[in-house]
This record gives sequence, C-alpha cells and structure tokens, in this order.
Amino acid sequence: MDRAELIARLTPIIATYAQDKDAVASINETTDFIKDLKINSANLVDVILDVEEEFDIEIDNLSMERMLNVSAAMEIIEDKLKTK
Amino acid sequence: MNKEEILAHLPYSKPFLFVDEILHIDENGSSGTFTFDKDLDFYKGHFKDHPVTPGVILTETMAQIGLVCLGIYLTGSAEGGVPGHVMLTSTAIDFMKPVFPGEKVKVVAEKVYFRFKKLNCTVQMLNDQHEVVCKGTIAGMVTNKMNG
Repeated sequence: MDRAELIARLTPIIATYAQDKDAVASINETTDFIKDLKINSANLVDVILDVEEEFDIEIDNLSMERMLNVSAAMEIIEDKLKTK
Repeated sequence: MNKEEILAHLPYSKPFLFVDEILHIDENGSSGTFTFDKDLDFYKGHFKDHPVTPGVILTETMAQIGLVCLGIYLTGSAEGGVPGHVMLTSTAIDFMKPVFPGEKVKVVAEKVYFRFKKLNCTVQMLNDQHEVVCKGTIAGMVTNKMNG
C-alpha cells in the first residue's frame, strides 16, 4: 500500500471525529490530531479502534501513545501490517 | 474490589451522589439503584410547580452507577492497579418516561470496551414498574488523577 492510499483510507476515519473540518480537507502527513484537527483524547481512542478495524491490526499501548499525528499513525500502521 | 470499597471510592457526596446501592458488578458491567428524595433542591425549579427529575440528572445517575463504579472496579481490581478517576467524555441518551420525586430507579450498564483508558458502556435506567425510562451510551476516560 502506498502512502497516498494509506492517507485516503485514514481520512474518513479521522473526519468522523475531527472538530476542525477545514483541517480535514487539507490533511497531510504533518497534521496533528489534537492541535490541528481538535480531536480530544477520548475520540483519539476511537480513531485508533477504527484504525485497528479498517486495517485488521492490533495497536499496543506504546504505539497508541505516540500516535498523535498522521505521519506517526502511518508509520505504526505500516509497521503493524508488515509484522501481521 | 467489593461493592463497599467501590462506594467508598466514589468522589461524590450529597447532594450530588446518585448511587444508593450497587447490586452487581463484574468486569462486564454493573447495576445499582438510587431513590430520588422528593426534597432534592432541583425539584423546586424543574419545573415550577411540576417537579420532574431533569434529564441531565438521570444521565448523571446512569454515569455514576454505570461508568464511574465500573471504571473504579476495573482499575482497582487490575493487578497492581489503583482505583482511577473517571472523566465523562460523551453521552448519547434517549429518554422514554419521566421520573418523579420519590421514585426508585435501577441502572444496568454493560461494558462495550475498555481500551487505552477509555471506558464505553451501554446504559439503561428502569423504574419500579420495570419500564425503561432512558437508555443510551456513556463514555469516559479513566485516569490516575482527577481532571486529567
């Protein structure tokens, strides 16, 4: 899966919980879930649970803690997909 | 943790404690009761001359018995765990019937998931006639310190 496809699959998940819809429209690898998209910590958990379902992976606590922006999320997803 | 220990860990007191008794609690859910004292202060204003328990208070009652008791139990019963604080993060509740002063209600909560410190439960409240008065989902973050 290339990075463009990964972002394309991530975007609808993120859009569900993001408060800042303009930031969703211009989503890119540097987008921060909390600062840019205004997702709160409770909804960040839902983003991660939805990511697990979408990509059929399991995200551990340590990965969860660093999943704070799009690029970290992509790295973690790619990593988990490799070791699946 | 047993029921008495959980009650002792609740961070509320009158007039904002809405748990009288925990009927059952395990890792999958909780149930408990509360009787709305007819002299509770909010009945004076909700509504003028027509006291009805406010929906926010019914929601709070479901949150305290369902989410908070269960959150304390799950964290306090974990190996090496300490009973956590539960910060409400979302609610989605439908209201079916009014609850009048003096009524006793029962709340039944089932855990949907508890992951990454977030506890999500389905809850419902029943009156003395076993009718569902309100139901929905409530979620919160279970943390080590209050407000955080």
